[in-house]
Amino acid sequence: MKIVVPVKRTVDPNVKVRISQDGHSMDTRSLKMGMNPFCEIAVEEAIRLKEAGKASAVIVVTVGAAACEDILRHGLGMGADRAILIETELSLQPLAIAKLLKVVVDKEQPDLIISGKQSIDEDNNQTGQMLAALLGWPQGTFASKVELEPNRAMITREVDDGLERLALTLPAVVTTDLRLNQPRYLKLPNIMKAKKMPIERLLASESGIDLRSRLIVQQLAEPTKRSGCMKVQSVAELVNALHNVARVIG
Amino acid sequence: MEYDIVIVGAGPAGLSAACRLQQLAKQFNLTLRVCIIEKGSEIGAHNLSGGILDPRALNELFPDWQQLGAPVTVPVTRDEFYLFRNEHSALHWPNSLLPRTMHNQGNYVISLGNLCRWLGQQAEALGVEIYPGFAAQEVIIENDVVCGIVTGDHGLDREGKPKAGVYTPGIELRAKHTLFAEGCRGHLGKSLLSRFNLDSRVDPQHYAIGLKELWQIDPSRHQAGLVLHGAGWPLDNANPGGSFLYHFENNLVAVGMIVDLCYQNPWLSPFNELQRFKHHPVIRQHLAGAKRISYGARAISKGGLNSLPEMIFPGGALLGCDLGTLNFSRIKGIHTAMKSGMLAAEAVVDQWMQNKPEDTLLSTYPVRFRNSWLYEELYQARNFGPALHRFGTLSGGAFNLIDQNLFGGKLPFTLHDTRLDHACLKQASVTRTIDYPTPDGQLSFDRLSSVYLANTQHVEDQPVHLTLNDPSIPIQINLPLYAEPAQRYCPAGVYEVVDDGKAGKHFQINAANCIHCKVCDIKDPAQNINWVAPEGSSGPNYADM
Repeated sequence: MKIVVPVKRTVDPNVKVRISQDGHSMDTRSLKMGMNPFCEIAVEEAIRLKEAGKASAVIVVTVGAAACEDILRHGLGMGADRAILIETELSLQPLAIAKLLKVVVDKEQPDLIISGKQSIDEDNNQTGQMLAALLGWPQGTFASKVELEPNRAMITREVDDGLERLALTLPAVVTTDLRLNQPRYLKLPNIMKAKKMPIERLLASESGIDLRSRLIVQQLAEPTKRSGCMKVQSVAELVNALHNVARVIG
Repeated sequence: MEYDIVIVGAGPAGLSAACRLQQLAKQFNLTLRVCIIEKGSEIGAHNLSGGILDPRALNELFPDWQQLGAPVTVPVTRDEFYLFRNEHSALHWPNSLLPRTMHNQGNYVISLGNLCRWLGQQAEALGVEIYPGFAAQEVIIENDVVCGIVTGDHGLDREGKPKAGVYTPGIELRAKHTLFAEGCRGHLGKSLLSRFNLDSRVDPQHYAIGLKELWQIDPSRHQAGLVLHGAGWPLDNANPGGSFLYHFENNLVAVGMIVDLCYQNPWLSPFNELQRFKHHPVIRQHLAGAKRISYGARAISKGGLNSLPEMIFPGGALLGCDLGTLNFSRIKGIHTAMKSGMLAAEAVVDQWMQNKPEDTLLSTYPVRFRNSWLYEELYQARNFGPALHRFGTLSGGAFNLIDQNLFGGKLPFTLHDTRLDHACLKQASVTRTIDYPTPDGQLSFDRLSSVYLANTQHVEDQPVHLTLNDPSIPIQINLPLYAEPAQRYCPAGVYEVVDDGKAGKHFQINAANCIHCKVCDIKDPAQNINWVAPEGSSGPNYADM
């Protein structure tokens, strides 16, 4: 049983981002980058399945520039067996990424794909679903529990009115919620080993896939700052403030 | 794990040592396994410097640094010095009346973090293994010889017990030589000083706290390479220090302040001094309409040659600011840290070439130091700090002008400053309290919104890494005598005296805010606070600092 885990390189969740002075993009120069936390949970889950004897191999794969090698090595350091970089300098949107991932899936023929439910940079929450659709595979999104049975995966999802359990016929796509697990700390000897492992490389430009963006970012702006609160002593004062300060009633 | 050389800290000293080691190994056909461990989440995450580089050591280490793409691209174009008289006025001081050490022609405005990231790439290309995210927790000493270090555990709970599922114990990294380059007041460096009695024959080390903010300004106001330094207001002779404002690349401006930790008034708050300083018209005009994007602080060792401890001990050596190589007369420590690392590397290779494995002392390191321009520079600067402390800003400055410009720092006597910084604090009852203006949210800010911009991170339920020898001292002694100054000298709001009514006052340590500046370890009047390394990867994530 082979598991493919698509991962993404994003700004570290502890780092504050800001909009570039041109107002069209995020300024991420010099910022610490790392594996998207949801993707790290996906890698952790795959490795736990392997450690439990339920999977035989875990392959991490990413789409991006050469710098993305660092998150693949992070995945290898966690315990993945192989790593594939689909190299491109372009900033791609979910559909193009899903199509590129399908190239790897077609070649590797995994039984399960586990991906993060979304990346913390753009919060699209689309790639896993699109990949499932392109493959024609069942999907279980926002999984908070994954159990493997022969030929099927049992997925628990947290929904508004409780827990939903799905049985997915394999092969399938699962995307991870935050509650699925807590990723391990990397051990220094494992990082040392991962440094020396090979990374398989494909060029996105040679895939024959149309990678053009369908979206143009017109402008980015910070949320308007909330103006200060005020304390009122009486209902009359409150009504007056709603009229004349907040101007929410006419 | 076994290496030939383990280096603690991927700052300018540690990285330069590593690069030089591999360069020399290639030259002499040696195979050296060199490993650097770094407590920051990545190389550069914990590096903070005002940001002026004298390229001398870089020229020696990588003569082709420009072709190699070093992030050293903004030459200093104009030097201005101001004597701030009060919150409204300042005297633009003529450069001819400045000690020549304060001139910056030929230097560059840089980000130390970015320089270190680049040095890290060079080191890796030369074959050095670098592991960020791992803190050196303890020194391994066997038969009085340093044999390496132990990395800290990951996944301990507040009580220090392993957390199920995530606990990952530290490992031993052993080496024939261990080089300590933790920066100012490294916690292992501190333990080595006392273990091997390295600083007993020199003046005590002197320190300052440097605070820095990065602002993104309007492109029309940006003048890349403009460098401003200042003395005077809001500090004074009893509470000395200086200020700076540098125009860096990409419309970024660094503004900051250095406050000597020999300051006397326990009511002083270095953080708030910087906040009000920015309102001065000379500074404000650069920041009007700009946006603050980063904040950080770090202690500086500035005792120089008079405070320089023994550099070596069996099995290893101290490098850079862990040793105390900063040149205070030039307020520059990057090139000196780099040079000390290079000299230590040369000494390691001397040792290997001699092929006497039983001799663990890097005895040529101090000899090479003594014959280097680094020694000469520190020798010339040796009276600078003591003169300022003894005679004050103006008279001390005049002394330094004469000493540096007429005698080249070679006046035939040495001034000493033997007072310990933490012992300079006067009691709260005999000093004036300071009323700092409320931050306006435009130019000045409070501590918490500032720490937010340091991107600092600590897993909340790990053991508190700011340890007290005696937990009763803050409330029983420091509070009545000094109004517990930790509340004010900490630039990150780690320490609070909380009055919760019935139970009375207690000393609260918000360790998750810590930005690893080490000032509490230095300035606590009772020397009661011990900074130990938290889980690796914790602490600030500085960008462009």
